Amino acid sequence: MDQIQKDLLATVADIHEVPEGAYNIRANGQLGGRNTTANIDIVTKEDKPGIDIIIKPGTKNESVHIPVIISESGLKDLVYNDFFIGDDADVTIVAGCGIHNCGDQNSQHDGIHTFHVGKNARVKYIEKHYGENEPSADGKNIMNPTTIVEIDEGGYMEMETTQIKGIDDTVRDTKAYVRGEGSKLVVRDKLMTHGSQHADAIFTVVMDGMESSCDLISRAVAKDDSTQTFTANITGNAKCASHTECDAIIMDNAKISASPEIVANDLDAALIHEAAIGRIAGEQLIKLMTLGLTEEEAEQEIIAGFLK
Amino acid sequence: MLELKNLCFSVTDDNNSEKEIINNISLTIEDKKFIAITGPNGGGKSTLAKLIAGIYHPTSGQIIFDGTDITDMSITDRAKMGISFAFQAPVRFKGIKVKDLITLAAGKETTIAQACAYLSEVGLCARDYIDRDVDGSLSGGELKRIEIAQMIARNTKLCILDEPEAGIDLWSFSNLIKVFEKMRNDSDRNILIISHQERILDIADEIAVVNNGEIVAFSKKDEILPELLNGMEGCRYYQ
Repeated sequence: MDQIQKDLLATVADIHEVPEGAYNIRANGQLGGRNTTANIDIVTKEDKPGIDIIIKPGTKNESVHIPVIISESGLKDLVYNDFFIGDDADVTIVAGCGIHNCGDQNSQHDGIHTFHVGKNARVKYIEKHYGENEPSADGKNIMNPTTIVEIDEGGYMEMETTQIKGIDDTVRDTKAYVRGEGSKLVVRDKLMTHGSQHADAIFTVVMDGMESSCDLISRAVAKDDSTQTFTANITGNAKCASHTECDAIIMDNAKISASPEIVANDLDAALIHEAAIGRIAGEQLIKLMTLGLTEEEAEQEIIAGFLK
Repeated sequence: MLELKNLCFSVTDDNNSEKEIINNISLTIEDKKFIAITGPNGGGKSTLAKLIAGIYHPTSGQIIFDGTDITDMSITDRAKMGISFAFQAPVRFKGIKVKDLITLAAGKETTIAQACAYLSEVGLCARDYIDRDVDGSLSGGELKRIEIAQMIARNTKLCILDEPEAGIDLWSFSNLIKVFEKMRNDSDRNILIISHQERILDIADEIAVVNNGEIVAFSKKDEILPELLNGMEGCRYYQ
């Protein structure tokens, strides 16, 4: 693995050495390394590209890293990764994709991740997306992550998804079925676009489980001429609770459109949506300037905090 | 030393007519002085403080700080020269923590122990606040105290506080008075505090009364305070 690939791995998966526990590294569409443990198995799919990650019931405090890195310009990569998280397991899954584009052709990674979260299982899923170009390279970096989540009785899934920078075009599609009694989904989505980039973020959550819940917070920053759309559709079909929050900062000539929809099909469904789009408040800039920061430094501090 | 020379500030209202907010104010504040600015609401006190901090720029006149003309300087440059400002209504953020603001205020990486010391000085249990977001989850009184903690962390030559008592409960108020007294005694700094509170006015060296955009009185505390306390009705400064 060369230095470029090592740097991408560090950025998207915090991997600096060989990770502990189970891992599967996909580099330029090929297997770049794999490790399994007594409790976590990783099996290559035979009918289509991708892997099955099978976590035994009761597995505690283990992690799986499955980063994807692309450093060949013009590569189009598609994978199907299925996660089977056994009952009562408690694991952290770190995904993420990094593209280093050294040419004028588009590089693309489409990942379809499906999670089956067992009874009373807890999953923390961390996903980071990042792209970079060599100075003379004009090829676009494209990522289209699709995430499908099914949560059984008492299950808990926390998703921390981030698009750091450098992705020219993306459709981030998340569908969650919070179907078990007392199951819960937590999403913290952070998205930053710049230049002439475009991003679509789509969240569809269906809550069928009694006493199920969903807490979805999206923070977005659009700079320069970039554009974003945010669509959330939360449906409550039982006694359930959901809180959705879409907060966005626009700068320069950027544009953001947010379309929140909440649907209550049960008298005891309590659904809340909050949405706010606007520029950085002038008073926030002034406040930080009175502490000695320049306007640019204040702006960076506010955005870094907002996306933290 | 801070000198305001013939300071004027006007705004254009919706009907395109000019309205004077600050009208030809001249004032000299000597080093080590604790000055209280008081006067009726809408009289121009906060505007005057914001002119000194650089948040507003005067229509005409000069502001001299330690011998340097800072009239055209940015907020940032004034802050770096040693002017700090505590807002009447502290600003809220999303994702910025109390520790972040204290660190920015101190201008260097601050240890948790040091940040906690600043918070303790304003009567906040540091452990409960250091990792809190500076957002709507904090009450107005808590935000005010965090604002003052930042001022202590900044440790600047000139401290401007815009109605620090607003939103502070009575129990905390006594402690805050002690904080202001300590700030004064610690070094040769100037404190400029906008207040309506008798107990704050009482610890000032001098009091300036601002009304209708003008300084209608500026003298030693002992000369002005008794008349102010006689009641606003009969007070000539409030006419």
